[in-house]
Amino acid sequence: MIVSVASGKGGTGKTLIATSLALSLSDQTKVQLLDCDVEEPNTHIFLDIKAEQSSPALLLIPHIDEDKCTHCGVCAEVCAYNAIAALPKKVLVFPELCHGCGACSYLCPESAITEEGKEIGVIKQGSSGNISLVEGELTLGEVAAPTVIREVKRHIDTAGDVIIDASPGTSCPVIEAIKDSDFCLLVTEPTPFGLNDLSLAVETTRKLGIPTGVIINRAGDNDQLIEQYCQEQDIPILLRIPLDRNIAVLYSKGIPLVEGMPDWRRDFLQLFHRIKEMLPTTEVSR
Amino acid sequence: MKELVIISGKGGTGKTSIAASFAALAQRKLLVDCDVDAADLHLILKPQVKENNEFWSGQSASIDSEKCVECGLCEKVCRFNAITNNYVVDPISCEGCGLCARVCPVDAITMKDNMPGHWFVSETRYGTLVHAKLGIAEDNSGKLVTLIRTRAKAIAQEQNLDYIISDGPPGTGCPVIASLSGADVALLVTEPTLSGIHDLERIVSVCQHFGVPALVCINKYDINEQNTAKIEEYCNNNSINIVAKIPFDNSMIQSLEHEMPVVEFSNSTAPQHIRALWQNIVQVLDGTRTEKQT
Repeated sequence: MIVSVASGKGGTGKTLIATSLALSLSDQTKVQLLDCDVEEPNTHIFLDIKAEQSSPALLLIPHIDEDKCTHCGVCAEVCAYNAIAALPKKVLVFPELCHGCGACSYLCPESAITEEGKEIGVIKQGSSGNISLVEGELTLGEVAAPTVIREVKRHIDTAGDVIIDASPGTSCPVIEAIKDSDFCLLVTEPTPFGLNDLSLAVETTRKLGIPTGVIINRAGDNDQLIEQYCQEQDIPILLRIPLDRNIAVLYSKGIPLVEGMPDWRRDFLQLFHRIKEMLPTTEVSR
Repeated sequence: MKELVIISGKGGTGKTSIAASFAALAQRKLLVDCDVDAADLHLILKPQVKENNEFWSGQSASIDSEKCVECGLCEKVCRFNAITNNYVVDPISCEGCGLCARVCPVDAITMKDNMPGHWFVSETRYGTLVHAKLGIAEDNSGKLVTLIRTRAKAIAQEQNLDYIISDGPPGTGCPVIASLSGADVALLVTEPTLSGIHDLERIVSVCQHFGVPALVCINKYDINEQNTAKIEEYCNNNSINIVAKIPFDNSMIQSLEHEMPVVEFSNSTAPQHIRALWQNIVQVLDGTRTEKQT
């Protein structure tokens, strides 16, 4: 089963949930944790896993063979991203605009364009006990987060359970991270910002057709804000983590909740069990 | 006119709370919400929309099933796995490159313009706000950010304002770079957690990469003073000015619940520090002006 953890709003506790869920499951079974928040990957801070393998994430960008090029300008004309400018005697490529679609090389009448990989990120892999971690990291100054996320997800191994830690927001990097999940956990906090961004995240999972449940982090006196919304939308609240200074301190030190407070393991296992029960059996057996 | 952008790398460190307070504190300014994806500043500023514009950007492929002969070429050439088994385009995966439309032997594929969002010019009790809403699961957030920043600059010039204050998105990628590049100063809001420190170091590098001077504000600094010391050491070593250390203060969350800037809600410790922070930033912003003029 693939469970992704997303949120809309940043800093609500996605990584806390993803790491604690993975650690709790790993007592019983093999689990793979994918860090798809490639702009700011943080799971390695919480898990004592050394990267054993590291491979580049590549974006295919065009390389023009000047000997073959007749300066016909087709490449620039077909590029939807303005990443190629064809001057009378020179073709300029702007790699930062390139999406790696391959249209230029495919359509070049002289076969003068080959594609070469440009490193835009790194994929790091490691494991410890029953947990294997795949973390993607976007190179600083690069923009193509979805390409790095696709590369991370190529490593999915559905032999065991898979947990995906997504980035905040609702746009392309989040879509790339959570699509094809069997279930999506949305982590929120009981504030107007938390609620607003939760409602955007719910629209996102609905659009993608992914069954969804909510976790309230820093729960307390204002939970009715989220509860009322979830009731109206018929979305289950699956876990509450209270506003507690001790939990905040553990997080600040990079200690997973279920290691600092092992009683929480039971709650995370129950959470996972409830998710399984909510899904049709065909999806679970996948 | 000087442009300040508030970013953080890590989400949830307090960018919008601080931006809302600056809205209340700053004179002669224009506000921009560059977090077009999960915008929150409007919840506090309560804008009255004056201009509602469509944001057209990019294209998506569409297959005419009557013409399609199911040859499979489109599926083969698509790098984004956007052509499903039934020869239907998945608009969420399609990046609009148009290769499928160009190679289709029976011209069954057309490219249609997308309207991935809206952008607004609004009035608030704190002045003009330029903001946007990217549609759910949509693309091109960087372009939308660039567009609203360009419009914001034009308005600020027309109104002869002194400052543009932008609330930025989390992360380091496309919309962050679009928010940051060309700004005069970036305020990096961080928190004393290991994640906060890790993300701060990455966003500092992005600022350096784009040549934007960075200032650091440590929010909730007293949650873990050891980590705060680490941030101070890191900033010292990299010649980055720490312009505020804001203590943990319940009034930050309470003001949010009342949908008010904390500096208008209470005069406890955090809002006092935010007032001093704005004064520090004004000095830096006005200082960068003098430097450039001489």
